[in-house]
Amino acid sequence: MTETQIKPLTMNFGPQHPAAHGVLRLVMEMDGEVIERLDPHIGLLHRGTEKLIEYKTYVQAIPYFDRLDYVSPMCQEHAFVLAIEKLLGLEVPIRGQYIRVLFDEITRLLNHLLNIPAYAMDVGAMTPFLWAFEQRELLMEFYERVSGARLHAAYYRPGGVHQDLPAGILDDIMAWAEQFPQVIDDIDVLLTENRIFKQRLVDIGTVSAADALDWGFTGPMLRASGVAWDLRKSQPYMVYDKMKFDVPIGKNGDCYDRYLVRMEEMRQSLRIVRQACEQMPGGPCTSDDRKITPPKRADMKRSMEALIHHFKLYTEGFHVPPGETYTAVEAPKGEFGVYLVSDGGNRPYRCKIRAPGFTHLAAIDYVSKGYMLADSVAILGSMDIVFGEIDR
Amino acid sequence: MTDGTNSLTDALQHLGAYIAGALENEVQGTEILRGELIVRVTRPSIVKVLTFLRDDSHCLFKQLIDICGVDYPDREERLEVVYNLLSLKHNHRIRVKLTTTPDAPVPSVVGVFNAANWFEREAWDLYGVFFADHPDLRRLLTDYGFEGHPMRKDFPLTGYVEVRYDEGQKRVIYEKVKLVQEFRSFDFVSPWEGMLTRLPGDEKATKS
Repeated sequence: MTETQIKPLTMNFGPQHPAAHGVLRLVMEMDGEVIERLDPHIGLLHRGTEKLIEYKTYVQAIPYFDRLDYVSPMCQEHAFVLAIEKLLGLEVPIRGQYIRVLFDEITRLLNHLLNIPAYAMDVGAMTPFLWAFEQRELLMEFYERVSGARLHAAYYRPGGVHQDLPAGILDDIMAWAEQFPQVIDDIDVLLTENRIFKQRLVDIGTVSAADALDWGFTGPMLRASGVAWDLRKSQPYMVYDKMKFDVPIGKNGDCYDRYLVRMEEMRQSLRIVRQACEQMPGGPCTSDDRKITPPKRADMKRSMEALIHHFKLYTEGFHVPPGETYTAVEAPKGEFGVYLVSDGGNRPYRCKIRAPGFTHLAAIDYVSKGYMLADSVAILGSMDIVFGEIDR
Repeated sequence: MTDGTNSLTDALQHLGAYIAGALENEVQGTEILRGELIVRVTRPSIVKVLTFLRDDSHCLFKQLIDICGVDYPDREERLEVVYNLLSLKHNHRIRVKLTTTPDAPVPSVVGVFNAANWFEREAWDLYGVFFADHPDLRRLLTDYGFEGHPMRKDFPLTGYVEVRYDEGQKRVIYEKVKLVQEFRSFDFVSPWEGMLTRLPGDEKATKS
């Protein structure tokens, strides 16, 4: 009996594959059906966002943030806008803060309503996808009513939000929030105790708390490993410190816990949406600093000064004092941060975008080592990968 | 609210002094800017500094949030590498900075934080910061076979090459970039403040 050395099989996965969640190319080294090494090739969606931002004024750069993680646009705008406000020392009026919290949570629901059913579809369940997309459509209508766009909103601006809420929208959001728990329950009933779903997820892609920290995991990925860390609680921004909500954490750090954490986060987000609607104060929704916020259209018809301000703000933009800041928000996928360096001009000198998915995908080699080929799809789905933010 | 920010700034000040005291040969200076602690360190000591920050009980910066490069072409050492760390235990953030040149290698911190792997690959790709002892320093975001480091300030926004599918050759080909319109970069410096071009009549303004 002679021993024969079997060379690992190298396989290519993607870049165009329905389970790759975008344009991911994985070079897999397999020992039979067991993964020995995964080498993700990313950058197929690299658009040079950070470079482009250096050539745009601060307000012109906001729409780029919608296009990073295109299923949770407003949370990313929020990080950038907060960074600018920090450098400018600008205060946001209380109504603006509530509107931002309200739409951050609507964004979180939008994101999880894409991730959970898409994940279910990766492992074989079709129905939740259809249910969730109906809800996403309803939520995107709220996006459209405040900003005019379903997805790429560009709604948050330094000093507040672009426009005040249209009449009646809070009632409509509350009416929507009445029927939404039923949808979560339906998805819950269909998936959580489902035999096939659990077979595919439980004890797959387990990450310990120490490893999750070492690999830079944030958001639901970190919480599923049992670390109670949420920037909305620990470093609250806007009015999150006035909101009552719980932070769900997992026990085992496997794919199933990540799913459960996201499900519970949806319920908690709904609580915040309700509270924000109920407590929504009156007053202005944006800062009254004339050198930062553009004037109202009506003022421009009467006031020469307003007209000059409008012209200057939409051509030259405002100048930000020299300095630098790292500002982060709890985006649906994890900690989304912006490291913003200003040299005193009207354009950012450097804007580094810290995307949560980047560190998660970097760890995929470590997480999927030793699992089967089919598990790599489950692991990938549980990481909530969107290539817009990873490739930037 | 103000009390909270003040106590946080105090805590960061203490922390900065503590780190500077414990690593006096490595730390070049600490400062607090807008409530954020910045520590400047020497290039060779980065592994030691990050290990200290991770393991010391007063620091416990267990999470490496981000590594990024910044390019300052006018400086003697033009590249800056910025490490953002987060301590979950103490709820603090810290920013560690060092400067380097395109030729001087920076010790890799992959041995300290696994998360550094891709961040360093990205900084190498976009800025050309060379990380010594990195296990796998390949390009990350740019195209296969890409040349140059696109985030440097002297790299043009439009790049040098563009790709298209050639119907005749039935493949994607690379060509020198062609601009239909000249690249526009507006100068917003007000003529009241910053215009330096001499115009006829300017001598009257400076004549005393």
